[in-house]
Amino acid sequence: MTDAHGIGWLGIVLAIVGGALRVSTPYLYVSLGEVLTEKSGRVNLGLEGVLLMGAMSGFAAGSLTGSPWLGVLAAGVAGGLLGLLHAAICNLPHVNDIAVGIALFLFGMGLAFYLGKPFIAPRAAMLPALPFGFWSSEPAVRAALEISPLFLIGIVLAIVLRWALANTRWGLLLRMAGESADAARALGYSVNTIRTLATMCGGFLGGIGGAFLSLYYPGNWNEALSSGQGLMAIALVIFARWNPLRCLYASLLFGGASALGPALQTVGITAGYYLWSAAPYVLTLALLIYSSSTRHTLAGAPSELSISR
Amino acid sequence: MSAMQKPPCVEVRDLSKRFGGVQALADASVRFAPGRVHALLGENGAGKSTLVKCVMGYYRADSGAILVDDVEHEIRSPQQSRALGLGMVYQHFTLVSQMSVAENLVLGRAQIPATIDWKAEHRALSEFMRAMPFRLDPSQPVASLAAGEKQKLEILKQLYLGRRFLVLDEPTSVLTPDEADQVLSEMRRLAESGMLTVVLITHKFREVMRFAQDVTMMRGGRILATTEVAWTTVDELAQRMFGQAAITTAARQASAPAAAETTPCAGAYCEVRDLSALGDRGTLAVVDTSFTVRGGEIVAIAGVSGNGQKQLVEVLAGQREAVRGSVVIAGRPYRCTRAEMQRYGVYLLTEEPLANDCVRSLSVMANLALRRYDRPPIAWRGWLRRRVLRRFAEELIARYRIRTSSPLARIDSLSGGNVQRTVLARELSEDVRLLILQNPCFGLDAAAAAEIRGRIANARDRGVAVLLVSEDLDEVLELADRIAVMSGGCIVHEVGRAHADRYELGRHMTRTSEAEAA
Repeated sequence: MTDAHGIGWLGIVLAIVGGALRVSTPYLYVSLGEVLTEKSGRVNLGLEGVLLMGAMSGFAAGSLTGSPWLGVLAAGVAGGLLGLLHAAICNLPHVNDIAVGIALFLFGMGLAFYLGKPFIAPRAAMLPALPFGFWSSEPAVRAALEISPLFLIGIVLAIVLRWALANTRWGLLLRMAGESADAARALGYSVNTIRTLATMCGGFLGGIGGAFLSLYYPGNWNEALSSGQGLMAIALVIFARWNPLRCLYASLLFGGASALGPALQTVGITAGYYLWSAAPYVLTLALLIYSSSTRHTLAGAPSELSISR
Repeated sequence: MSAMQKPPCVEVRDLSKRFGGVQALADASVRFAPGRVHALLGENGAGKSTLVKCVMGYYRADSGAILVDDVEHEIRSPQQSRALGLGMVYQHFTLVSQMSVAENLVLGRAQIPATIDWKAEHRALSEFMRAMPFRLDPSQPVASLAAGEKQKLEILKQLYLGRRFLVLDEPTSVLTPDEADQVLSEMRRLAESGMLTVVLITHKFREVMRFAQDVTMMRGGRILATTEVAWTTVDELAQRMFGQAAITTAARQASAPAAAETTPCAGAYCEVRDLSALGDRGTLAVVDTSFTVRGGEIVAIAGVSGNGQKQLVEVLAGQREAVRGSVVIAGRPYRCTRAEMQRYGVYLLTEEPLANDCVRSLSVMANLALRRYDRPPIAWRGWLRRRVLRRFAEELIARYRIRTSSPLARIDSLSGGNVQRTVLARELSEDVRLLILQNPCFGLDAAAAAEIRGRIANARDRGVAVLLVSEDLDEVLELADRIAVMSGGCIVHEVGRAHADRYELGRHMTRTSEAEAA
């Protein structure tokens, strides 16, 4: 008890920081995936389903092969395939990407629950953690600074994506498809091909986000695993105004909010635990209200998105 | 981009193209000589665009041949025509407005490097611009360019990509007269210096006479004649193109303003006071705009597209909220309720009538009745009298010559011109007292436009207050009694018809180029 008091409010901050570093990873991957998809001019609302499928396939592959990294790869491939499904349906004329996204969300969820039944009990080999807190003797600090390599890869990915969107051929083509399909067609590019590839890459990233859930934190497979993180990540993209770097910051913010309940619990504040756990949802609502307006369209939104037209 | 390279010579022989039941192009033969400006003159539907799109590979001709430098080529795709050095500048810009000038230029290249060294690209682009007739800052976002600059960028893009045969599709429809003159005279200069072959698609005689060297007249998919501009006159061209129609238009044009002077109406019927409204991106699109319209006069608001006209009309239509200011009609504040519209006789035609003034999925009949279905004689104790409604619709369809298979056909099955007529038939009803029109003749052929302008002048002569918001300066000069110029969301200039000068109006149109890219 004295120990917990000794660390006191600092403990809460540490727990929140630690939580932010840990919990933010799936948000980061899903939002980066969604940025890719939306920059090409489509919304994929199915990423919650992709996240669950990724979590399930990652866990399954991990426990069958014994290699968590093969699990991550399997999760990405599963997500990419769901992305391909979304894109293939949206490529048909007169199809609404929002509706397809909701269908994909339910489909991915159902499929993951169905295929994942046998994997609920066993444990798979987990992804390793990098002990960045080695210099400290304080166990709370050590716990907070245990960082997944996937998180570090995610940071690099956000920076690379930001650079690539501005400085590479495929970045320019992707943005053109998202800003003006007519211009892309006039230059002889297939908008559908660009969007299909973007949605697949987006799905791949979303799947990896799922693998993080089942193979690192919380590190098991159950049906309540994602609790809406895939959907919140889509809201996060709007808040981040389609900028991969801002996605990183926003993910940390959401991760911190998710860690609020557990953090308060560690110092003995248990009152209103479920209320505190609702913090990320409240944050999502607040941010969406803050960034919306009846008067103007969202700044930075790709012009071809069905939500900005 | 060496100046040595000769522009290609393009020739079409007996080109035909059919779309369903319409012969869009019939046995067209024409030769575009290198280093010349060649105008294709004709009304909408004359086959100008079809001819050019066959050459550019967007359509495949049913029969006939396309020769580039005297070698026959089968052009199956736009990529193929590009490889031959043929380029097209579109009426609707194909620029990505959220990207910079440099990004747009690089995107047009056939080979875009996997990673782009922007510093080197900017240097190369500045170098390229130095040799060009017009210059733009490569780092500027396209959204901040004025319409004229966008047109120039489209042309620069083609030159940057090494295209020496350029088709300009109605290039001046979005430009002010000064901008149009500048762009076209530069094109003429480039052609004369042997750098370019230019094909100018247009329906404006003035442009043909001033800037083209050869002219080919088209009507109904056929080529009427090709001649050197120096050997012909406007009258001769007009005679050949329209026969009688051109003459009646000219006659009515002369009589209309005279009629207006005989019916002056005292007091403003509609007064807009210090009106401000936001655009879709949340910036001010209409800024403290004030003007009045009296009964029996046409007040025109001229301006380049995207200078707040759209938002102004939307506020007057009740489709957009004003942030400041008020609209006063017949001395009372006007809030765009249905009751007020009926009481004050406010009717309007906005831009894109199919999207803004019609219910797409309803029939022509239902759309015609939208203003009156809730009043007798169509409504009777809360019931709709189908037979009265049907008779009402049939009468309007006949009077306005709306081409529809049946009054029950869906409105979106009609052509653009007929949708326009349908909305005008509904809005030009007997009790109209304030008529607000935005680009009423956009996309109509000359005969239909003349007819609709006649009806507008007619309404004015009956004492209706008309507010005409138009991007077509010819239309403004033909119809208006007073002309206001809107630029950057403000009325920057106001002048009576008698003192209006096309070039001066054009200069006012570009006074503030801080237009919101809506």
